[in-house]
Amino acid sequence: MVLVYVNSANGLSKAAFETVTYGKKLGDQVVVITNGSASSDLLSTLGEYGASKVIVDRSVDGEDAQQLTRLVASVAQGNGASTIVFSHDLIGKAVAPRLSVRLNAGLVSGAVALPEGDGSIKVNVFSGKAMGLVKVNSSTKIISLLPNSIQPEKSGSACAIEETSGNAGSAAIKVISTKKPEGEIPLPEAELVVSAGRGLKGPENWGMIEDLAKSLGAATACSRPVADIGWRPHHEHVGQTGVAIRPNLYIAVGISGAIQHLAGVNGSKVIVVVNTDAEAPFFKAADYGIIGDAFEVVPKLTAAINKFKASQN
Amino acid sequence: MKILVCISKSPDTTSKIAFTDGNTKFDENGVQYIVNPYDEWYALVRALEIKEAGGGQVTIITVGNAADEAVIRKALAIGADEAVRIDADPKDAHYTAMQIANYAKSNGFDLVLTGKETINYNGSQVGGMIAEAMDLPFVSLATKLDVNGSTLTLEREIVGGVQVVEVSTPAVVSCAKGMAEQRIPNMRGIMAARTKPLQVVAPVAVEELTSFVSYAMPNAKSAVKMISPDNMDELVTLLHNEAKVI
Repeated sequence: MVLVYVNSANGLSKAAFETVTYGKKLGDQVVVITNGSASSDLLSTLGEYGASKVIVDRSVDGEDAQQLTRLVASVAQGNGASTIVFSHDLIGKAVAPRLSVRLNAGLVSGAVALPEGDGSIKVNVFSGKAMGLVKVNSSTKIISLLPNSIQPEKSGSACAIEETSGNAGSAAIKVISTKKPEGEIPLPEAELVVSAGRGLKGPENWGMIEDLAKSLGAATACSRPVADIGWRPHHEHVGQTGVAIRPNLYIAVGISGAIQHLAGVNGSKVIVVVNTDAEAPFFKAADYGIIGDAFEVVPKLTAAINKFKASQN
Repeated sequence: MKILVCISKSPDTTSKIAFTDGNTKFDENGVQYIVNPYDEWYALVRALEIKEAGGGQVTIITVGNAADEAVIRKALAIGADEAVRIDADPKDAHYTAMQIANYAKSNGFDLVLTGKETINYNGSQVGGMIAEAMDLPFVSLATKLDVNGSTLTLEREIVGGVQVVEVSTPAVVSCAKGMAEQRIPNMRGIMAARTKPLQVVAPVAVEELTSFVSYAMPNAKSAVKMISPDNMDELVTLLHNEAKVI
C-alpha cells in the first residue's frame, strides 16, 4: 500500500490533496498518516481524493522532524507500505530524508510527475535549468512531490479515521515562539504571484503591486535586491537563494530577470513580464511581455482584471 | 565548540548546463566549480562566527575525488581550520550522508551544519539523512543560530512565517539565507589555506539507493507574445482564454 504523510496543522492545504491524489494514481490502496488536532470530519474528506483510511496521532504536534520520522516509520512498517509520499515542503524536506535512512528506502526528492513506464521519476535539477529521471533501487520507495505538480482529483467519499499513539517518542526541539503574518497567502503555495523589483523605485510604491495581487487573489513576492535593501521582507524574496516557486501565473514588474532570479521562478506555468527596458533578459523567459512604465501599466492591468472579475460574476 | 560543516561543490550559477554520453552525464566541459553557496555563505560563515565568539574548531568535510581539492582550499581560505575529504564519488544524497555521518560519529562534533540544498541537485536531503544516521535532532532551514553553552537557539522558516526553537547539542542544522553574510577570502587566508591539514579518508561501503537514469533540457519556451501597454484587456483575455490561468 501507499502511505501519504499529510500536514494538517493549518487545516488541509492543496498540497495535501495533491499528495493523496498522487498516491491514488500510483495504483494501490492509499492510507494517510497525519498528526495534531485537525477535526476528524476534516481529515475524513481526504477519502474524497482516494484515501481508504486516515491514521492520526493526536499526541504529536509536528514541530520535531525526528519525532515525526519515528511516527511515519512505525505506521509504514506496521502496514507494509511499499511507497511513502510527502509534499516537498518544509516538513517533507525535514522528514523524508530521515525516513530514507531509517527505512533504508531510496528517496526521490522534488518529484514533478508520476513514475514513467520503467518506474523512474522526473525531478528538476540545476535549479530548474534541467530535468532528470531518478530510479529507486530499494524495494521501499519514498517520493516527495513538488507542490503544484499535479491537480487534485476527487475519486471517492469520506473515509474512516483511526487514532494511534505511543510510537513517536518525545520531541528534542522546543518551540519558543511562532510568528505568522495574518491574512497573507503563503508564497510557496500560491497559484498566482505578483512580484516586483528595483524598477518600482521605492518601498512606498508597493501599494499598486498589492492592489494588483488583491484583484487576482495572488501572493506578493520580490527580487533579491529589493529584499536585501529592506524594501520588502526576506520571506518574499524569490530566486536562487530565496524561495523557489512554481505558480500557475507569475507576473514580474520591474525585474530584469537575472539568471539567479529565473532559477527561482522558471517552474511557473505562465510568466508575464512588465519592464521599461525592451532588452531586459526576462522577456526571453516570458510568455507575455509588456514594454512600459510600471506606474502606468500596473493600475491599468488591475482595472482590467477587476472588470474581468466583475463580468464573471 | 567542535563544528563540522558539510561542503558540496556545485557549478558556478552562470554555467551552461548540458549533458553528454546520451544524456546520462553532466557535461563538465568548461564548467567552473564553486563551493555550493548555501554551504559557504550560510553554514561555513556562521560556523566561523561562532568559533570567533566562543572558541572551538571548524572542520569542513566533503565527499569527492582529488579534483575537488580546489573547492576545499577555497573553504579553508575563508577560515575553516581543517578539512576532510572522503575519497569517493558522491553517488547520491544517501551515500554522501552516510559517509559524513560515519566520520562525524567517531569524531565527536557538537554541531553539524549543512546548506539548505545544493544548487545542482536541489534535493535538501543530506542534512536530514546525517541527523537520522547519527540519531540526532535536525533543525532544517534555519535562518538564525545562536549558541549558549550546550543550548542552540534557532530561527527557522515555517509555512507562512518564522519560528524560534531551542535544542541541545549535539544537533544537525541546515542553513538558509539570513544566517550569515558571504565572506570574501583575503590573501592571508588564501596563503594559509595551502598548508592547513587536509585529511583523505577511505569511504565505507554504502548501497546506492537511487540513481539518475538520464537528464533532459526543459522544452524550449515559445516566443514571448508582446502586448501593448494600452491594451491590458487583451492581456486579461489571453490569460483567461489562451493560458487558462485566471
